Amino acid sequence: MHWLPLLGVAVVVIGFALRFNPVPVVVAAGIASGLAAGKSIGEILALLGQSFVSERALLLFVLTLPAIGVLERAGLREHARNWISTLRGLTLSRLLIAYLGLRQILSMLGLTNVAGQAQTVRPLLAPMAEAAAEQRGQPLSRDERNDVRAFSAATDNIGLFFGEDVFIALGAVLLIQGFYSQHGIELEPLHIALWALPTAIAAFVIHAVRTVLFGRRLARGRGKPATETTQAAD
Amino acid sequence: MLKIEHAYWLIALFLAGAAWLNLRDRRWSHAAFWLVLAVLIGGGKYVLAASAVHHELPAQLAGIGVIALAALSPRMRRGHLVERDEAARMADAQRLGHRLFGPAVLIPLVTLLVALFGGWVAFGDWRLFDPTRMTLTGLALACVIALIAALWVTRARPAAGLAEGRRLLDTLGWAALLPLTLAALGGVFAATGVGSAVSDLVRMLIPVNSALACVIAYGLGMVLFTVIMGNAFAAFPVLTAGVGLPLLIQMHGANPAILGSLGMLTGYCGTLFTPMAANFNIVPVALLELPGQNDVIRAQWKTGAALLVVNLALMYFLVFRF
Repeated sequence: MHWLPLLGVAVVVIGFALRFNPVPVVVAAGIASGLAAGKSIGEILALLGQSFVSERALLLFVLTLPAIGVLERAGLREHARNWISTLRGLTLSRLLIAYLGLRQILSMLGLTNVAGQAQTVRPLLAPMAEAAAEQRGQPLSRDERNDVRAFSAATDNIGLFFGEDVFIALGAVLLIQGFYSQHGIELEPLHIALWALPTAIAAFVIHAVRTVLFGRRLARGRGKPATETTQAAD
Repeated sequence: MLKIEHAYWLIALFLAGAAWLNLRDRRWSHAAFWLVLAVLIGGGKYVLAASAVHHELPAQLAGIGVIALAALSPRMRRGHLVERDEAARMADAQRLGHRLFGPAVLIPLVTLLVALFGGWVAFGDWRLFDPTRMTLTGLALACVIALIAALWVTRARPAAGLAEGRRLLDTLGWAALLPLTLAALGGVFAATGVGSAVSDLVRMLIPVNSALACVIAYGLGMVLFTVIMGNAFAAFPVLTAGVGLPLLIQMHGANPAILGSLGMLTGYCGTLFTPMAANFNIVPVALLELPGQNDVIRAQWKTGAALLVVNLALMYFLVFRF
């Protein structure tokens, strides 16, 4: 039956909504949609195993962990924090906006793996952002510190996504070109890439404005006595 | 020649080392989890080669491995592992200063150099880097060089590399695995026809004669499907074949280059909303030790929502004009 494989989608949605551990939910969804499509157990196992190992490249980021771990043991995060706190005039929003612009430009050049959550956000950007937020006044509360970290991670994601699509020789643009060419429409990769520019600029402007507002709200909340908790992040 | 396969062997070696350390600490579930994953990563090439000649047993065993990982995941408590105490770290930070940045910056720097110039390092027919996936091979090489530099700068024993790497790996726990599992689900969904069912559903629900309704259905369909799959690349062929091509391009005369580009970017807005995009939205929650599973999504969804509106407007005003 045509609609039955959608059962897999339902398993994912329900599993995530009920906050089960995501890994078994995802595997169960794969098995459910395989069974619903009338595949045998053997076929489903092979499909699952083959799809899994062919995406091994997604685990490459773990190779950064030993080097980052050794540096953290010797105080990398503490030093990044100390150093930024000596730089007068480097506010949280200036730091994050500069990182956002740099990340977008690097991604536009195809250098998507140069930065990332494991490579740059945990060891460098997050501690630097915390220090920049602490420039004026007392240390961050636990909630404020978590907000700053989450915003740093978000900035990395946005810089990556809305730069990548402007690069012609990799990923998104080639996928779009390949899809159309399968359907008899031949396009120049450059044309596809150029039409990603307006969105790239809009992404920079929108997130930069939000970063400034976030910095201001944080500063305002910190002007008040410590007993008053800041509002939850948006 | 350095190939991406060598990077996979390195990962398998590191995971096996982490499994061994957990075994010594009698953390059985963690040990089993990393060991199974090490075997899957190390043996991946063999599984794919066997499947290519329709020898399905290795792939089926890999599938059983994936199910074993799923069964072990809920037992992977994400406890904060003992770290060197803060006073000692502060003292080291004072003593070493900027020298600590060197190895950390080597990771992006070496990756960049390999990406830009790796193709030039050749002697006759022999090339240092395999041209397929050169940037990722460069990333792996950069990690090794950075580890050596980090050990040299901090004068730590080489065993510290494994011990500290394992500390971070256990902090990640099952979150490290989720991107891979979701990508595998994408493969299963594609093979079982989930895509065509979704696009039929979209076409049943909208008035196809209105260009605006088609633009909105295509854009929101990309977002919805990306939210479910965690990946705009998986959503693009499904929605463009189901809605974009027949309704917008053929029926309403939209420009395919603009539609494709903006359609993909609209899907990226969806990536900002979904826990299914685990490598972007869940892995950093673990890496930064944030309390809430959706903290990163909460920080970024407003940017995504504003951009979604911008993208839909751009699409409506540009695709029929050029």
